[in-house]
Amino acid sequence: MPKYTLNVNGEPKAVDVDADTPLLWVLRDTIGLVGTKYGCGMSLCGACTVHINGQAIRACGTPVSAVGSGKVVTIEGLAKNGELTPLQKAWCDHDVAQCGYCQSGQIMSATALLASNPKPTDADIDAAMAGNICRCATYPRIRLAIHSAAEGKKGVE
Amino acid sequence: MKTTITEKQPLVARRSFIKVTALAGGGFMLGSYFGIGEQSAVAQTTMPATMPTTQSARNAAGDFAPSAFIRISPSGVVTIISKNPEIGQGIKTSLPMIIAEEMEVPWESVIVEQAPLNGAFTGQVAGGSTAIPSNYGRMRRLGATARTMLITAAAQTWNVPAEECIAEDGVVVHTTSGTRATYGELAAKAATLPVPDEKSVTLKEPKDFKILGKRIGGVDNIKIATGAALFGIDQQVPDLLYATYTKCPVFGGKVSSANVDAIKKMRGVRDAFVLEGGNGLGAGVAIVADSTWSAFKAQQKLQITWDNGDKATHSTASYTEQAEAFAKASPQKEVAKVGDVDAAFASAAKTAEGMYFYPHLSHATLEPQNCTAQFKDGAMHIWAPSQNPGSAQDVVVKALNIPKDKISIDMTRIGGGFGRRLMHDFVVEAAAIAQKLNGPPVKLTWTREQDMRHDYYRVGGWHKLKGAVDESGKVVAWSNHFITFGENSIDRAGNGANVGADEFPNRFIPNYNLGQSIISSHVPLGFWRAPGSCAYAWTFQSFIDELAHAAGKDPLEFRLTLLGEDREVPGSGGRGRPYSATRAKGVLKLAADKSGWGKTLPRGQGQGIAFHFSHQGYVAVVADVTVSKEGELKVNRLTAGVDVGPIINLSGAENQVHGSMIDGYSAALLQEITVAGGQVEQGNFHNYPLLRMPDSPAVDAHYIETAKEPTGLGEPALPPTAPAICNAIFAATGKRIRSLPLSKQDLTWS
Repeated sequence: MPKYTLNVNGEPKAVDVDADTPLLWVLRDTIGLVGTKYGCGMSLCGACTVHINGQAIRACGTPVSAVGSGKVVTIEGLAKNGELTPLQKAWCDHDVAQCGYCQSGQIMSATALLASNPKPTDADIDAAMAGNICRCATYPRIRLAIHSAAEGKKGVE
Repeated sequence: MKTTITEKQPLVARRSFIKVTALAGGGFMLGSYFGIGEQSAVAQTTMPATMPTTQSARNAAGDFAPSAFIRISPSGVVTIISKNPEIGQGIKTSLPMIIAEEMEVPWESVIVEQAPLNGAFTGQVAGGSTAIPSNYGRMRRLGATARTMLITAAAQTWNVPAEECIAEDGVVVHTTSGTRATYGELAAKAATLPVPDEKSVTLKEPKDFKILGKRIGGVDNIKIATGAALFGIDQQVPDLLYATYTKCPVFGGKVSSANVDAIKKMRGVRDAFVLEGGNGLGAGVAIVADSTWSAFKAQQKLQITWDNGDKATHSTASYTEQAEAFAKASPQKEVAKVGDVDAAFASAAKTAEGMYFYPHLSHATLEPQNCTAQFKDGAMHIWAPSQNPGSAQDVVVKALNIPKDKISIDMTRIGGGFGRRLMHDFVVEAAAIAQKLNGPPVKLTWTREQDMRHDYYRVGGWHKLKGAVDESGKVVAWSNHFITFGENSIDRAGNGANVGADEFPNRFIPNYNLGQSIISSHVPLGFWRAPGSCAYAWTFQSFIDELAHAAGKDPLEFRLTLLGEDREVPGSGGRGRPYSATRAKGVLKLAADKSGWGKTLPRGQGQGIAFHFSHQGYVAVVADVTVSKEGELKVNRLTAGVDVGPIINLSGAENQVHGSMIDGYSAALLQEITVAGGQVEQGNFHNYPLLRMPDSPAVDAHYIETAKEPTGLGEPALPPTAPAICNAIFAATGKRIRSLPLSKQDLTWS
């Protein structure tokens, strides 16, 4: 099997997997980072969203052979030394999650949005988050959390 | 709903009772025990401090296996165990909140742990919005029992009357002297005391609540935000193998032959075999591999010859033809008959008629069905995202002939339930594969396509409705020929495919008929969020709107008139659930008030209203919509008026109401499962879409906290949403929607 050395959350990870293995399954089964979720396998739901060089991509549709030396960041790589990012804090303050399964992907998409657009409008949020499905329909609070992280605000109450 | 306590006890009735246990090192544990015979109020056991974890609780043998609800360590750490499955409804937060409230511990200091399956907990089920009403009193008494014992421990230590001591914020205070002791300091002493009769303990007055009714965030929020929350699909066990299981696309089909020898030669594949199925296990082909991807890839290379049985002719088109034929005839069965509808129709001032249709739906939980299992030394251990693990245990007993006491189940966090995980096909499959492997742990993961094509679907159906109003605009007659589905049966409607004889508007109309005809179908049917109600509330509340317009009345006023005087209407013949006109009218008025009902709007904009009573909760919804001349629908706002009694967690309640309304809209707008050639046609989110952020409306929730025991909120806000939207579309365009999904209807107007 081909051997790849991936850069995941700032650390080199050597993996022996088939070239067509989606990054999703390399992260989950080989490296053991299970925060990135499987939802559809067709880049339709966004549950597997991670960053490569800061861009939000779908790990289920990205073969490991295409990752190269790209810097992969997963949900586990956002907080540094146990300190949540302002967006992660906003997610907790607003009690966004219901079942929680899609939220890794939602947070990764929202993190990429704020990195490129620190003060997004509702329309910007719609455009950036349209690829992430939430079956529990937590959309109103996702929107609130993104706005309050952008404005540096604390939670609702 | 089946609960975990189903086994027969031939000799002495088993019962659960509360018992205290001393933990080595000076800790306190209060738990529920299953025992035979009388409660042994003073019986105590001392367990090592490492013993009372949930893991060891499961492993402890015999009738006295503890199911701890509360642990206090000598250092004062309070751990509360949440016994029920967490599917996103927030129960892992709300049940411990109830215990913590009565126990008088600061919520911030509480650690919450998920319980495994253990019969002594009882009722470990996420279904029917039942967890709050069935556990509220019990959790309060548990917390109050612990508080009472801690106060008694302090009073005895200080040699003062217990009446002079109070508990607050994890400390007992002697009010006259000001002497204080923390719960940690009192734990060892409290653990030696007899457990008071739980009915004798004093409960707090609701006005003194510090936790209940407040906005409390989910206990797993930080884990979820950092990717550390482990769902079923995330279970990691040393030496884990990964499996797929492929069943016949035509429901009920069998495997004639499969190329398992070729599959076994593929890289990464460890094993492949056919399981004949039976006793609750569907026939299929298992592939066991060293990674999920290897298993999925091998699954793509499977060549299976199926024996489809005789159901490959089934199709949505043929079901529709059968329904149309039924609609022309009298119903097969009379479900309810009150008064004389025919006479009422003959003399009525105005009548309306309509044939309504709603499609089958899939649950589409975002976490596909999965389960991890290990069969070793004759014992099965299962890690399952199950809404009813006790039922999962039962079906594994039946399918695999393993004794119940050899099957243990860990309850994982669950990536969406919606009723799908009340059924345990995926658990049986994982357990069957583990049994065959006999040793190594194995995780079964369904692909999204398998998940969508092997669901227990929300049943579709037709309602042929006729109604009449008198000169004053009151409804005088209602007849409904309900055409539904049986699962391979023409006699018995499938799961979720019934309309109860008492269902509204029966009991509120003098002449009422409900008849039923059943189409036999092989499509598995199941419980989908607010079963039954999620479908027929749309029909009935839409048709009530038709009658309001036939009568020339405001849709809100028409409904208030239909409900009549403030009162509670008993079930037929004094049996069944009463219906409170007072509470139904209350939520209607609240939703109307908060939404600014009655606005004069230009053509193309409209408000619609609907209400429904289900799962012991009353909810009304007002929808504000805009429809362009080209037929583009925008739902601007959904406003809910809710009465489920007192609210446990204001944040969690709001999540459930918001989520239910948007879920209801998503299903009504977009979703339809169809069958052709005996198979489900949809497979993934491109042809079975879910609502996305840009289409998500503004939502708000308002409450009437009627002074009753609180009831559940996972479901009741969903049923009135779709009819409110469709009634608003009518107000905006004059187009009455009698068929779903909305995305397939022509909403253009001029």
